[in-house]
Amino acid sequence: MANVNSDTKITVVSGTALPLRGNDIDTDRIIPARYLKEITFARMGEYPFFDERFDADGKPRPHLFNDPKHKGAAILLVNKNFGCGSSREHAPQALLRFGIRAIVGESFAAIFAGNCLMLGVPTVTVPASEIDKLMQMVEHDPQINFTLDLQAKRLFSGGEVAVAFDVPESARKALMEGYWDSTAVLRANLDKVKSVAASLPYMAGFKP
Amino acid sequence: MSKPSGRTLYDKIWQSHTVDILPTGQTQLFIGLHLIHEITTAPAFDMLREKALQVAFPERTFATVDHVVPTDIRTRPFLDEQAEELTQALEKNVRQFDIEFFGLGSDRQGIVHVIGPQLGLTQPGMTLACGDSHTSTHGAFGTLAFGIGTSQVRDVLATQTLAMDKLKVRRISVNGKLSAGVYAKDVILTIIRRLGVGGGKGYAYEYGGAVVDRMNMEERMTVCNMSIEGGALAGYVNPDTTTFEYLQGRRFVPKGADFDRAVAYWKSIASDADARYDDVADIDGPQIEPTVTWGINPGQAVGISEKLPRPEELPDPEGAKRAYEHMGWQPGAPILGTPIDVAFIGSCTNSRLSDLRAAAKIARGRKVDPKVRALVVPGSTEVKALAEREGLNQIFTDAGFEWRSAGCSMCLGMNPDKLKGREICASSSNRNFIGRQGSPGGRTILMSPAMVAAAALNGKIVDVREYA
Ligand code: SF4
Repeated sequence: MANVNSDTKITVVSGTALPLRGNDIDTDRIIPARYLKEITFARMGEYPFFDERFDADGKPRPHLFNDPKHKGAAILLVNKNFGCGSSREHAPQALLRFGIRAIVGESFAAIFAGNCLMLGVPTVTVPASEIDKLMQMVEHDPQINFTLDLQAKRLFSGGEVAVAFDVPESARKALMEGYWDSTAVLRANLDKVKSVAASLPYMAGFKP
Repeated sequence: MSKPSGRTLYDKIWQSHTVDILPTGQTQLFIGLHLIHEITTAPAFDMLREKALQVAFPERTFATVDHVVPTDIRTRPFLDEQAEELTQALEKNVRQFDIEFFGLGSDRQGIVHVIGPQLGLTQPGMTLACGDSHTSTHGAFGTLAFGIGTSQVRDVLATQTLAMDKLKVRRISVNGKLSAGVYAKDVILTIIRRLGVGGGKGYAYEYGGAVVDRMNMEERMTVCNMSIEGGALAGYVNPDTTTFEYLQGRRFVPKGADFDRAVAYWKSIASDADARYDDVADIDGPQIEPTVTWGINPGQAVGISEKLPRPEELPDPEGAKRAYEHMGWQPGAPILGTPIDVAFIGSCTNSRLSDLRAAAKIARGRKVDPKVRALVVPGSTEVKALAEREGLNQIFTDAGFEWRSAGCSMCLGMNPDKLKGREICASSSNRNFIGRQGSPGGRTILMSPAMVAAAALNGKIVDVREYA
């Protein structure tokens, strides 16, 4: 699979935003399990929130992800514990392939945030009061353009608003220095890996 | 008293498996055992091929099929073409990369989190990863076990390591004794209800206390299984004689003098008596009732004798309102007596022999309510055989339950076992998310297998203690 993000070093994500309200939005909701039966991630961009966006006959329902006002949004705004539940990477794949390049929220579930990082999608956190203000701003004017700056650890909008965000330092470094696609970095240490393996008694079946 | 300075099991395993500190500050952690299944792995193998990489330690990866396999008619090709395609992809990948595979037709096939322990692959002091969030199950053995995504599966295949940040450790002590009719499932539902579905963020959970000490391995697996539903990436129980006795004689467990050396090592990795924890929580065992969920996440749970809570009483009123909207119930109503359409006994939470025994004890000599579709799905082909040897299948089928073959089944909507429309399911699985059981309008009530059996017989939610 080719990575959707072409640049390996990610410092800035810019674009309009999509304010998705609600705590504990789980990955079964982000992408229903039946789409995990596809053998590649190629079509995942068609499916985010599928069962909420479409009725049983496939007719679109009112949903933020169907709303033309938010078409092309690159930044997803969410509340608490976003992405909880199943470890399916299909969830961040679906969001990324839909066009989401960064997620700003109150908090994220651990596996989901890890999966996002592996795809070069920053997940950054701001306090509940700030996220509510941001959501209100976007609900009022969907065209506001934001710039998420990992260097400054701030979310800028039109110069007026600059919201400071938190992001794990390791994730920030991985994104900015291009290590988020981790296989190469891990592989560089294969000799050390082998010596750690040799030091673990279970690797040799506890033979003396 | 001096400040605690000892190390936890988590600290010890983390240290012995650290390969390096990466430029990002993350730890490169060696993964001792990698389990894979047909979902979440095909793209990982594609990525390996694309980069012309080999599997670094093929002898440390084991594969099975569980998520998409039908649990009734298992002839190939499957009727579902996508399920067939995924299964074939795995079969091809394990052949190409020389990975041991417990496929359909093998007497070792089953849900990945059931077969790992059963074969003795899962052992104390190891790190373990699997592209599945319920990998936390294996923590019951004093194993550091993580659920990972597909790109991380690729990394484990290519390097047998992961880039990870260290977690904090919260010690959860379940004290006292459980009353009759209260099971491990009720314990973990109570813990999640108390600490919240996001409460474990940034933590590994260490479970202990008299109740956990007394639990057998299967009960400990039920508890650890749902750590992730509490937001904790990993959960574990320190290994003890219960653990060693369970492991002795299993296929991948060392024998003779090697076993003795293994036990000495396993003992050494348990948390020190004076271990320092980042947080502690105490749960009062005798207070735990048979517990069931009423909402759309596993933390939205009540004791069977309680009334459904008012949204304002809860930490997330908006989430509670959404849950009521989906479930179609009213705050203040009792959960007892709620009618059900489907009863599902299975999943990696509760599909092991002791679970089936507990359910069979309730079902013996009784009949499933004719309105209810009731399914028992053993967690592995071996569990199925053991259950049949003691006649549990007969008890279930006599009562009107369907007796199936091993797989994830109705835990998630990826195989033919699904809810329809707005059906309500009493389920021994771990997730009551909207749409989880295969119907966008379907409704799930999580509970112990004994409670599911009792609900099946009565056509509604009842208190299993009346059968105890
Ligand atoms: S039984 Fe359910 S939770 Fe367990 S591995 Fe299968 S789908 Fe996942």
